Amino acid sequence: MSKSLLKINNIEVVYNHVILALRGVTLDVEEGKVVSLLGANGSGKTTTLKACSNLLHAERGAITKGTIEYQEKDIANHGAFNLVKDGVAQVLEGRHCFSHLTVEENIMTGSFIRENSKEAKQDLERVYDHFERIRIRRKSLAGFTSGGEQQMIAMGRALMSRPKLILLDEPSMGLAPQLVEEIFAIVKALNKEGVSFLIAEQNAMVALKYADDGYIIENGRVILKGKAQDLLDRPDVKEMYLGVGKEGKTSFRDIKYYHRRKPSFT
Amino acid sequence: MIYRETGHFVTNYLKDREIFPMTFDKVVALIGLLWLFLWVPTTSEYFLSAHVIPILAVGLATVGLNILTGLTGQLSLGTAGFMCVGAFGTYNLMLRVPDYLMSLPVALLMSGIFAGLVGVVFGLPAIRIKGFYLLVSTLAAQYFVWWFFNSYAWFLNYESSGVVAIAPKFYDYWGLGNFLGVDMQGYPARYLLALVVCIGLSYFAKNLLRSNTGRNFMSVRDRDIAASVMGISVPRAKLLAFFISCFYCGVAGGIYSFLYIGNVDLMIYEVDRSFTILFMLIIGGLGSISGSWLGAIFVYEFPIVFTWVGDFIFQGAFNTAVVENVSNMVYGVFIIALLIREPGGFAALWATTKQKLRMWPYPH
Amino acid sequence: MDWVYLIEVLVGGLLSGVMYSLVAIGFVLIYKSSGIFNFAQGTMLLFASLTFVKMTENGIGFWTALFIAAGIMVIFGVATERFVIRPLANQNLLALFMATVGLATFQEGFSQFIWDSDVHGLQMNKFLDIGLLDPNPIFMSDHIPWLDILIPQFDIFASLVAGLMIVVLAFFFQKTKTGLSLRAVSDDHMAAMAVGIPLQTVWAVVWAVTGIIALVSGLLWAERVSVSFTLIEAVMKALPVILIGGLTSIPGAIVGGLVIGVGEKLGEIYLADVFGGQGIELWFAYFMALMFLVVRPQGMFGEKLIERV
Repeated sequence: MSKSLLKINNIEVVYNHVILALRGVTLDVEEGKVVSLLGANGSGKTTTLKACSNLLHAERGAITKGTIEYQEKDIANHGAFNLVKDGVAQVLEGRHCFSHLTVEENIMTGSFIRENSKEAKQDLERVYDHFERIRIRRKSLAGFTSGGEQQMIAMGRALMSRPKLILLDEPSMGLAPQLVEEIFAIVKALNKEGVSFLIAEQNAMVALKYADDGYIIENGRVILKGKAQDLLDRPDVKEMYLGVGKEGKTSFRDIKYYHRRKPSFT
Repeated sequence: MIYRETGHFVTNYLKDREIFPMTFDKVVALIGLLWLFLWVPTTSEYFLSAHVIPILAVGLATVGLNILTGLTGQLSLGTAGFMCVGAFGTYNLMLRVPDYLMSLPVALLMSGIFAGLVGVVFGLPAIRIKGFYLLVSTLAAQYFVWWFFNSYAWFLNYESSGVVAIAPKFYDYWGLGNFLGVDMQGYPARYLLALVVCIGLSYFAKNLLRSNTGRNFMSVRDRDIAASVMGISVPRAKLLAFFISCFYCGVAGGIYSFLYIGNVDLMIYEVDRSFTILFMLIIGGLGSISGSWLGAIFVYEFPIVFTWVGDFIFQGAFNTAVVENVSNMVYGVFIIALLIREPGGFAALWATTKQKLRMWPYPH
Repeated sequence: MDWVYLIEVLVGGLLSGVMYSLVAIGFVLIYKSSGIFNFAQGTMLLFASLTFVKMTENGIGFWTALFIAAGIMVIFGVATERFVIRPLANQNLLALFMATVGLATFQEGFSQFIWDSDVHGLQMNKFLDIGLLDPNPIFMSDHIPWLDILIPQFDIFASLVAGLMIVVLAFFFQKTKTGLSLRAVSDDHMAAMAVGIPLQTVWAVVWAVTGIIALVSGLLWAERVSVSFTLIEAVMKALPVILIGGLTSIPGAIVGGLVIGVGEKLGEIYLADVFGGQGIELWFAYFMALMFLVVRPQGMFGEKLIERV
């Protein structure tokens, strides 16, 4: 059992003072692991990630209960800037590139957090080595690059701060399956270099394939957790999130049956 | 909530489209509406003339701006200019068209159409110009209209002072006043006319919001390219929004000049007024008709109430300049505070409160 | 039509355009770094110059007063960031725009509350011994025999100051790390926060710098006009300028100012008769900007609109 890097302890998040988005999420990212957070639209994946990276208040959200610890330090109100400095980088859902900046400028923005500009040059090379695809487009405006390239830019930008943990939100959104595999392969490669990942994904199949641990979240609650491989083998997960059912058609009655059997531990 | 919202099921489409689906709401709205008409005898002329009628006028302009800015996303600072077109249009229609053909309500609507057409002309650049850049077009409208009426004295009937008082005969309504034995120039009659126009146009705006056209407007606001891909004609939607919005502003200008101050004066249609109305819109909440009215009431009354309270507490110990400056300061701070607390304005505040009441006593 | 007269008109237009540019620069700075359309620029001008004038009137020396006024503007800028901009980060642009209008209302009341609403004159040549501050214009014919025109010396001084500010700011934006982060911030607040750009520090710096720019341009305007309520309207004069130049471009603010300045002067001479009325300068600048934007919607040097669905 390796050391825990990020520990989310039963957090509750409320948007706009009335909308309860998370009702108790507990989650643990161990050092050097890739953890997948799965769930349908609106189940609270993004909210969980934003809670970790202190971006909630920008969307009128607030953590009302629970704690978030990073390297055994409470970071719930740490400020996004300090968090990046300490090694937590977030790649936002929908990429969010700076569209009026060139690709290279985009990536360089990630390095501002550090003083040493020589290192930044090396890091830039390293990013280009991982993402060969964007090296050739370095001078064009990010707004004109394709979705896959933007995802790479966003990840490269996050890498520039030399993070220990990357919060990756929906990397597969709007990308071709082949590109998704490519992105996840890069995730795996980065993981080998010692970067831990917390990935929110809808594409459960890919996400679990590349992850060590998996959490399934529904309606703001974690309803399942375990080793990624174990989750892949569970019949209910298989049927509901992976789309591989038993032989023949599944009737709605069976689906309800799974619902009832879900353990709830919050 | 003080009443239940559960157990309310709609069984046909007509019911689904109701503005007030709950019986309770319906009753409250109806009583409110009746009261708006029936309270006239219980109030003073002063209150009507100094508070209610001007609020009706600027509120209507706010609703108009809402259609353009809140619904279609085209930022405008030309509201006062379009109101000015309405006021001058009404005046000239009343003055130059023979009396048996023209009456104030007709003139109001027709000058609204004038204002709408002027709006379309100045809205044309909106087909190419977007966002804050569009300010230049609406500001050009504001300044040009102002200068135009200032330069061509014909529109003011060659009145050298720049202000024309409105002749009593303009309140004739084809002899309706004489026939009913009511003083149609009096404030109660003016109030009722303004009220009917405002309720009618607000109802229209509310329905516009929920109609196909309104949805087209909103899609243009949210993402004009996506809207055009969906087969919505973006230029058409923008120009139509300009027309409807400026129509509202024109009518509002007519009401302001004819039913409130009783003269046509350029000075009240300067660019400051455009800002005031934009304030009303933002504070009320973009895209909400009732929000626009709340915003109008608030912004109009704030300085008045503030000065009044100040006078009451300090008994005139400070001169008016000081009071005005402090009022400005408090007002500015208040607006910023409100925007921080609720960028969606009163409408969003109301929605949140309602949601909280529904959940009560639980916080979420 | 005498061509020497034409040159005089052109030069006069260029120099008055510089005055517009001065206000526009502050505008552009804020817009570029945060996407906020800062309506309070005019009242900042008023507040800064009023503060300065009241201090000199009470016997404080020029440099001391300038220094203190700059300090106050910096404090004011930082406070604006802390209490207005920061809580509103990531909100829609219209709300932010309205917040600056609220700020303008506050500042208008505030500056007239702590100082006064009188009209003050400002004569800098009383304090500074720079030849260019002499109120008498230069006769160009003294230097170039065939060019028989008058140029106000002060306008040349103002142009020099404006030029200096441009060079410094352009360098700041294009060459420094902070400049790049500013551009990133204006593109996407959320993403900027996510990559760890210290948004708040960046904004505080920008508002402080804008405060100082407001002081400088406020003083120049005050010298030309006077310190009074009308300074607030400078912002309305600067609007077409920044829109022509492109909201995000500092060189654009300068070129836009010159275009408007010259255009207004020419319009006054050639078009006023056509319209048979006085005061076409009220709207002429807006019309020029409008014509310009119809051809080029992002302004002269504005960032290209990038639209993807």
